[in-house]
Amino acid sequence: MTPRECSIRARVAIVGVGETTYYKHGRAPEAEFALALRAILSACEDAGIEPRRIDGFASYSNDRNDPSRLAAALGLPELRFSNMQWGGGGGGGSAAVGNAAAAIAAGYADCVVVFRALAQGQFQRFGSAPPGGTVSGEAALTFPYGLISPAQRFAMRVMRFMHDHDVRQEAQRAIALASYHHAQSNPRAVMHGRPLTAEAYDASRWIVEPFRLYDCCMENDGAAALVLVSAERARDLRRPPAYLLGVAQGSEYRNAARGHNAPTYATASFTTVAPHLWEMAGLGPKDVNVVQSYENFTGGVLMSLVEHGFFAPEEANEFLTFENLIAPRGRLPLNTSGGNLAECYMHGLELQIEAVRQLRGESTSQVDGARVGLVISGPMVTPVSSMLLGTEDTL
Amino acid sequence: MSVLPAGMPRPVAEADTLDAPYWEGTRAGELRVQRCRVCRGFQWGPEWICHRCHAFDLEWVAVAPRGRIYSWERAWHPVHPTLRDHGPYIVVLVELPEAGGVRMIGNLVGDPMQAVTIGASVEAVFEPHDDATLPFTLVQWKTTASLL
Repeated sequence: MTPRECSIRARVAIVGVGETTYYKHGRAPEAEFALALRAILSACEDAGIEPRRIDGFASYSNDRNDPSRLAAALGLPELRFSNMQWGGGGGGGSAAVGNAAAAIAAGYADCVVVFRALAQGQFQRFGSAPPGGTVSGEAALTFPYGLISPAQRFAMRVMRFMHDHDVRQEAQRAIALASYHHAQSNPRAVMHGRPLTAEAYDASRWIVEPFRLYDCCMENDGAAALVLVSAERARDLRRPPAYLLGVAQGSEYRNAARGHNAPTYATASFTTVAPHLWEMAGLGPKDVNVVQSYENFTGGVLMSLVEHGFFAPEEANEFLTFENLIAPRGRLPLNTSGGNLAECYMHGLELQIEAVRQLRGESTSQVDGARVGLVISGPMVTPVSSMLLGTEDTL
Repeated sequence: MSVLPAGMPRPVAEADTLDAPYWEGTRAGELRVQRCRVCRGFQWGPEWICHRCHAFDLEWVAVAPRGRIYSWERAWHPVHPTLRDHGPYIVVLVELPEAGGVRMIGNLVGDPMQAVTIGASVEAVFEPHDDATLPFTLVQWKTTASLL
């Protein structure tokens, strides 16, 4: 069998999506575990599935909400699949969906929930230094020099990429403006009612060059969940299924070499991953109607789109304009819910949910006739992942 | 005079001793990286095995403390309490052509608002922190006129 023939392509679908209210960082009114439960129940309600039918969970980035505790709390008759995608950051967002789909396709479980919950006010924040006076290992090579936060870690890669290909700041700005624009029509978005202008972007402070404030994701509290079942079962449910056409995860040769020694340095880590995605789906960039691309930082989106083949690095300035990136009829509508920059930093899982809404025709920034959606998860970390979803008529 | 104020996270060798020779080297004013005794390839960051030939036979060698700027950033937002009210500073990623092209992270010495050029030649400046409970030495970089 070819990789495509033995793959999960068209065999599994997302049939329910759910999220809690999205809160500013530290503002969630209840415990992180309670948020996770609410998102899961919301996704089941959306799918029209009795929650006790869940028999598996998949998540990523060391989510703190253990499937066994979830299964006990929800009174599940049995837990058949429990899976954590290794790797920090949001790189595992699409991989977790792929892992859940693989479990269903292989018969390990029938109904798997992919979830992510964050209440950073109750735990350590991402964008601040951890407590403690000493560091060792990889951190010892960078923290003493003030290279500590994710923004600082990834600015180094993006600076090199922009240098190599003469990419202008305006290319990053267009990505930020598109996310904020889409958030203005999305009542769930934390930045709903807080539009961003090009002038405000240009006047915003540097976090770390080449990232201004608006190039950086928010940090938020909340939870999000998706329900997956086999394609066969999906057709009996009430919502139009969003079929998985392909998923790929991984990263390049020695991507994790310590102290910024990855040989292929100025990338989002997708140069080896994206070709597997396209091969599994039997599709290419031209087939994609709408893209949700994880914005830890806008420069990561930029490189992700290059590595998925939407344009060459030298075309970035020309391609990445506000007009090209907005729904309903831009050349490549991007982050149509507002994404990590302006909807909610739900560690990217809000992007998977938005991809489903686009295929259902229910986005608050709907792309005309969206049939194929791409989700790209967690650029510049390792491993990263991406996935393609399609409507029934794409199978 | 250190580039960043006292109170930044202090490096200590790993409990399994993997990188201890590097930190001992900086105290002695040497920039040490791993080199495979079998295939002679340089390796950085440190690992227990040579990624090229899988030999567990790595030695630590002092390399020429000079290189060129591979990438850089100017950090403004203070992510650590020590950096509050400090102002911007420059972090550079330095490639060492005389050590197989391995890369090192450090600060660029001098005016934090100086123009930085990718490809510019730099040399190491050893920055001892003798007053720390466990004394350590950081490796900073300054630009030089000569081209490699």
